[in-house]
Amino acid sequence: MSDISAPSTIPLPRLRPWLLAVPVLLLIAYLVLMDNGAVSQTGTFLHELMHDGRHLLGVPCH
Amino acid sequence: MVRTLVVRGLLVGLLAGLVAGGFAFFFGEPRVDAAIALEEAAAAAEPAHAHAEEEAGHQHGEEAAVSRPAQKAGLFLATGLYGLAVGGVFALVYAGLRGRVGPRRDGALALAAAGTAFIAVILLPFLKYPANPPAVGDPETINDRTLLYLVMIVVGLAAVAAAVATARRMTADPWQRWAVAGAVFLVPVVAAWALLPTVDEVPEGFPASLLWEFRLASIGTQFVFWTAFGVLFGWLSDRVARRSPLAPAASHR
Repeated sequence: MSDISAPSTIPLPRLRPWLLAVPVLLLIAYLVLMDNGAVSQTGTFLHELMHDGRHLLGVPCH
Repeated sequence: MVRTLVVRGLLVGLLAGLVAGGFAFFFGEPRVDAAIALEEAAAAAEPAHAHAEEEAGHQHGEEAAVSRPAQKAGLFLATGLYGLAVGGVFALVYAGLRGRVGPRRDGALALAAAGTAFIAVILLPFLKYPANPPAVGDPETINDRTLLYLVMIVVGLAAVAAAVATARRMTADPWQRWAVAGAVFLVPVVAAWALLPTVDEVPEGFPASLLWEFRLASIGTQFVFWTAFGVLFGWLSDRVARRSPLAPAASHR
């Protein structure tokens, strides 16, 4: 395996600041898939709006 | 470089989410509608139960806080945002794996990672705790079931990590690596399968064929998402790599 054909490895220090995006992305996923008002404070509105998506993406809905 | 990958992950995820939403709309929504019709028929026959559900704040049909047509539009909102979030996380994992673990070619790595993610994070939890249509599942146990579902996702991720790490340490032969990885993957999976509680909340008399068709549509939606995502992400990655074949190392930003 020559170095030319190998893809460049991204140094971890370059990657680290981007890891801050992970909690934000997971929060979006949580609000879409699981929140029933505990975080969004909108009661069951998110649950109702995302209802069909939750069922068909396979997460427990109710 | 990382920014390029993250933007690619977000956009491809959004697009794949909308494609999966289209599949869910055509193949899943008729089953959701059928299940809600059954639920309402059962509630009408049993007024006390309907009242209890109203107090719990959850209802389908006419009196729901969000109407059925709006919920069908919400389907695309949900799958699109899900794709966006998952695509962003995937891009960061991919950025970490690239050149370290897995296939050397960008497109092949994207496909392998997407396929692995589908098996470990989607298919595995689905097989233990399959998706349920409306009218199936006790609202009282939603928190427990959600927690168990998340535990299965963690088990899947841990099993993949253990499988890849063990296989890489034990042998350099690719076929032997697959065999070792497969065997190591199954250890925590079978343990979790045997130890975690079974959930069976299908009400008596719920049509088995409708349940099967709904579950098929549900895992199909995820399959469409991960296939579309893996192929698009891989295709774009290979295209970018081909455009600048001589300067892969100079593309750090």
